[in-house]
Amino acid sequence: MARLTFRGGVHPYDGKDLSKDKPMKTIIPKGDMVYPLSQHIGAPAVPMVKKGDRVLVGQKIADAGGFVSAPIYATVSGTVKAIGPRRVVTGDMVNSIIVDNDGLFEEVEYTSHNPEKLEKKEIIELIKEAGVVGMGGAGFPTHVKLSPKEPEKITYVIANCAECEPYLTSDYRRMIEEPQKLVDGLKIILRLFDNAQGVLAIEDNKPDCIELLSGLVANEERITVKALKTKYPQGAERQLIYAVTGREINSSMLPADAGCVVDNVDTIVAVYHAVAEGKPLMNRIVTVTGDAVNEPRNFYVKIGMNYNDLIEEAGGFKTEPQKVISGGPMMGFALFDLNVPTTKTASALLCLTKDEVSETEEGPCINCGRCVEVCPGRVVPSRLADMARRHDEEAFVANDGMECCECGCCSYICPAKRQLTQSIKSMRKTVLNNRKNKK
Amino acid sequence: MASILKVSSNPHIRSKASTERIMQYVVIALLPATLFGIFNFGLNALLLVLVTVATTVLTEYIYDRCMKKKNSIGDFSRSFSGLLLALNLPPKAPLWIGIIGGVFAIVVVKMLFGGLGQNFMNPALGARCFLMISFTSIMTNFECDAYTGATPLAVLKSGEGAVKLSDMIIGSTAGTIGETSVIAILLGAAFLLITGVIDLKVPCSYIVSFVVFLLLFSGKGFDIEYIAMQLAGGGLMLGAFFMATDYVTRPITKNGQYVFGIFLGIMTGIFRLFGPSAEGVSYAIILGNLLVPLIERFTKPTAFGKGKKGGARA
Repeated sequence: MARLTFRGGVHPYDGKDLSKDKPMKTIIPKGDMVYPLSQHIGAPAVPMVKKGDRVLVGQKIADAGGFVSAPIYATVSGTVKAIGPRRVVTGDMVNSIIVDNDGLFEEVEYTSHNPEKLEKKEIIELIKEAGVVGMGGAGFPTHVKLSPKEPEKITYVIANCAECEPYLTSDYRRMIEEPQKLVDGLKIILRLFDNAQGVLAIEDNKPDCIELLSGLVANEERITVKALKTKYPQGAERQLIYAVTGREINSSMLPADAGCVVDNVDTIVAVYHAVAEGKPLMNRIVTVTGDAVNEPRNFYVKIGMNYNDLIEEAGGFKTEPQKVISGGPMMGFALFDLNVPTTKTASALLCLTKDEVSETEEGPCINCGRCVEVCPGRVVPSRLADMARRHDEEAFVANDGMECCECGCCSYICPAKRQLTQSIKSMRKTVLNNRKNKK
Repeated sequence: MASILKVSSNPHIRSKASTERIMQYVVIALLPATLFGIFNFGLNALLLVLVTVATTVLTEYIYDRCMKKKNSIGDFSRSFSGLLLALNLPPKAPLWIGIIGGVFAIVVVKMLFGGLGQNFMNPALGARCFLMISFTSIMTNFECDAYTGATPLAVLKSGEGAVKLSDMIIGSTAGTIGETSVIAILLGAAFLLITGVIDLKVPCSYIVSFVVFLLLFSGKGFDIEYIAMQLAGGGLMLGAFFMATDYVTRPITKNGQYVFGIFLGIMTGIFRLFGPSAEGVSYAIILGNLLVPLIERFTKPTAFGKGKKGGARA
């Protein structure tokens, strides 16, 4: 049963008005392009080119390094300048292919397909070959998601159109400007699951999208639009499944265990491009926004472009930013250097003139229980954070610390400004590492 | 870029809520009851409030200095315990009672256990019970210019004399400084409910379970006036909305808060009906405070999706 919402959650200032009404603008990249070999969950891609090779737009330059992996394509034409470690948004150094852009944009030929005439296997193969991964942030290879053990048990294919992170408007623009591609992409995915119905799950703060898409799917028997209550983190996979279907899954389960497949807007459009047009994943929409940017807006970006170029396209900085975040303010990564490439999972670049975190000081916990109230994972964040700080791994796991989805609601709401999510997050990493080492 | 970017783990934004703001609201919410108490009982009540609050603030300040502790939390949280204690004192009590109580509340109940957020029982109530045991005659003498000594609950218990329910609701009866006026207390409670500082889980389960207990065991059956007087009398309203809801000393889990409230209702009923004293709220609450860790242990929320079965994540 659809609940259209979930228990817990918060309502932060959404900041979407800054960039919401700015149409997508295509940026022509200049200079070097950097393609990290790990832009997804799973094995890094394996380079297929070497230094000095000439590459074309749409040419595969790195192949998948395993089943859970994804290939990477050049988005410009030019020569491979180097293959070596480069800094990425998370701060890590990741092996990358660097291409010297010759500015000609010579492109390979693509073969389009009629999705109706393709076998299921062929569809999945096309998606796999195109390097499509979850573009909402996690970067889980889409072909893996679309290949559950028992595809006939999938009853829902949910298009995650919630975009619950504050400031982000990239999915919104995609829905407004290319709604048909989204619907067609969803139809392609539905071809894979005979018993599934498609749901476009949209937060009700986007009534124009709801209206537009409802009109488009009016004659689609298998697709419906569902308006969800606007609340962060409505777009979190588990909360979204619950809101749409009333089914709960825990951290050790897959959406498929609840008969669901969940894909984000941009991912579904990428599926459409991959299958119908035969085009690999080369572009994505990035929202460049925040009060430090001159002209906040949405860009149609070639993956591999430098973040500095995005800022430049957005008119540069109005005021010096204190904090620059890749992604939204609740779950994004704070950057210490803007000299990093855009990747398949880069949804936004948020530049803030004020860092609310360093301006506040941690006080003692007064046990107010606000973190418990907002926690969508229904754990007790303040106690888990204490256990994490004491490095009490056993108690942490026994008290469901691993069920935390790191959404950040507890840290956001805490009146004592305690770093709850942060403590829990690092403890979760420790536990996962220890488990890996034991194996 | 000239300056250095700040880096931290997510989330990068914070809500406007702050501990100091919450404490400020709680103190503001106590003002109607305080002002009514001073108006009702006169100069000594005013002096008691001032002395007790000053004592708690000063004691905490000195303690922090001696222990070389840094305390970033401001004066509202320091004065809250003092104000609550003062409201629980008889209006004619000598000022040194306020001083001793204030020092006990801060040093013994609060600071020795780690200060704000660490105390295992409500400091004001801990101090009140300490004073009740140590200075029983002073703490139970409610005689003052306006009223004879008997509190409405004592009258109700002994059956001698009469008190009007309307007087109890307005507050013109004998009692501690802050407990007499139901209207003033509910005004403050409404403010806390509207601002989201407290919710109804603890107060409601407390009051409802107390009423149920009375219906079952008072021997008066469904006597509306008797029940209303029990509710309006003594420290029940002040206790239910301002002391049982104290964040630090109530369970953090939702179900735990219901259990806690019900426990308080039953204990208050037992103390009031079967105990030697007419009053029982203070003891019920500090007893409840001690059970909080146990209650929390058995009311741990079920994590989202827990117990659901499915193939393990690859």
